[in-house]
Amino acid sequence: MSRAGWIRVSVVVAAVAAVELLCQGGIITRFTMIPPSEMVVALAGILTSGRLTPAIVRTLRIVGIALAASILVGFVLGALLHALPRVRRTVDPLFATYYAIPIYAFYPLFIVLFGLGDVPIIIIGFLLAVVAMIVSTLNGFDRIPRALLKTARIYRMGRVRTALQVMMPCAAPYIFTGVKLAIAYSFIGVIGAEFIMSGSGMGYEIAFAYNNFDNKVMYPLIMLVLVLVTIINMFLHFWEMILFERRRRG
Amino acid sequence: MVTRSRDIAVLIVVILLIWQGLYQFTGTGLLTAPLDTFARVLRLLGTPNFWPHLHESASAFLRALAIAVGAGLTVGMALGAHRLSGEVAEPILVALYSIPKVTLYPVVLLFFGIGMPAKVVFGAIHGVVPIAIFAMNAVRNLNPIYLKTAQILKLGPWATARKVLLPATLPEIFTGLRVGFSLTLVGTLLGEMFGSQRGLGHLLMAAIGLYRMDTIMAITLLLVIFAITINSILLVVDYRLHRRV
Repeated sequence: MSRAGWIRVSVVVAAVAAVELLCQGGIITRFTMIPPSEMVVALAGILTSGRLTPAIVRTLRIVGIALAASILVGFVLGALLHALPRVRRTVDPLFATYYAIPIYAFYPLFIVLFGLGDVPIIIIGFLLAVVAMIVSTLNGFDRIPRALLKTARIYRMGRVRTALQVMMPCAAPYIFTGVKLAIAYSFIGVIGAEFIMSGSGMGYEIAFAYNNFDNKVMYPLIMLVLVLVTIINMFLHFWEMILFERRRRG
Repeated sequence: MVTRSRDIAVLIVVILLIWQGLYQFTGTGLLTAPLDTFARVLRLLGTPNFWPHLHESASAFLRALAIAVGAGLTVGMALGAHRLSGEVAEPILVALYSIPKVTLYPVVLLFFGIGMPAKVVFGAIHGVVPIAIFAMNAVRNLNPIYLKTAQILKLGPWATARKVLLPATLPEIFTGLRVGFSLTLVGTLLGEMFGSQRGLGHLLMAAIGLYRMDTIMAITLLLVIFAITINSILLVVDYRLHRRV
C-alpha cells in the first residue's frame, strides 16, 4: 500500500478510536451514542438472531428492483436519445437541472397515489437512479471514436454486429460509471423513502429504533447500511479503474 | 440561444401536457390539474399561516448553505494546496459523498435535538462534501506556471490570491457550489420531512395525514420551480465562467 494509503487507514482508525474514547469516557452520553465497539457486538447479535433479517432482505430486494429497472430503462432511453439528436437537445435542459429537484418531495404524492407499500419506494429509487444512467449512456456513446465506426463500415459489419462488437465495448466504461451511480442513488432513494414513511425495511427499522430511544438497535443498523454501501462502492470503484485502464490501453 | 429557449419552451409544454394527460387519465380526486395546482400555489402564498413555514425552511436552508460553503471551501482549498493531505482525504470524501446520508439523521437529532440546529446541520452535511471535492480539485489542478509568474512579478500574498488564484480556480469551484446548493436543499427538506414541526417539509408530511392532494402537489410544485430556477441561473453562470477560461 502507498504512503497515503497507510496514512488514510491510520486517520480512519484514529477517528474511530477517538469516538470510542469519548463514548467510554462519558463525554458523549449513552443516550446520544453507544461506543463503536458495542455497535459491532450488537450488530453481530442482530445478524445472528435473525430478528431483522426480513427487513434487511426487503430493503435489498427493493433496491435490486429499482436498480434493475433504472439500469434497463436508463440504457434503452440513453441509446434511443443518442439516435434522436433533435429530441435529445430538447430534453437536455431537464437532465441538467434534474438532480437539483428534491425528488423526495414527490414521495408524499406517490404514497397517496399508490398506497404505503413497495411501489412508491421503488419509484423514488428508480427516479433518483435512472437519469444518472441515461446521462452516462449518452456520454459513453458520444465518446466512441469516429474512426472505429468507419472501420466497422469498411469491414461491412451489420448494425447489430457494429453495436455489439464496436460500440458496446467502447462505451462500456462510461456506462459502468452510470451503473455505479445508479447503485448509490437507488440505495439513497430507497433507504431515504423507508426512513421518511413506510411500514418495514432497514430505513423504517432505524426510524423505529430512534423513536424508541433504542440506540442498541439503531446504531448497529446505521453502521450496517454505511458499511454495506461503502464496501459496494469501493469494489465498483476498483472495477471501474480496471475498465478504464483497459480502454486506455486497447 | 434562440433555439435553446425554444427547446426549453417545448419541454415545458410537453411536461404540462403529460401532467394534464395523467390528470385526465387518473380521474378527478387523485391528481390536481396543472392550472388548478398553480392557482393553489398562489392561494397558499396568500395564506398568512403559510409564510412562517416558508420562512423557517428558507432560513434553515440559508444557514445550512452558509456552513456548507464556508466549511467546504476552507477544507477543499487546504486539501488542494497540500498534495499528500489531498491524496489521503480524497477517497474518504468520495466515500462520504455516496453513502445514504439519510441514515445519519437520527444521529444528528440525538446530538442536536429536534429543531432548527438539526435541520441546518443535516442540510450542511449534504452540501459540504461536493463543495470540498470540487474546491480541492480546482486548487490541485492549478497550473503551476501561474504561481511562478506571480512570484516573478513579485505579487504579495493578497494580490496573488485575488488576481491569480481566484480567477483561475473560480469556474471549478463554482460548479461545486452549484452541486452543493442542490444537495443542501435536498438535505434541509429531508430533515424537515422526518423530524420537524415546522417548515415546508413538515407541511408536506402533514398534508399526507390529511390526504390533501392539492396541498401536496402545490408545495411540491413550488419547491421544484424554486430549485429549477436557481439551478438554471447557476448553470448559465457556470457555463460562462468555464467558457471564459
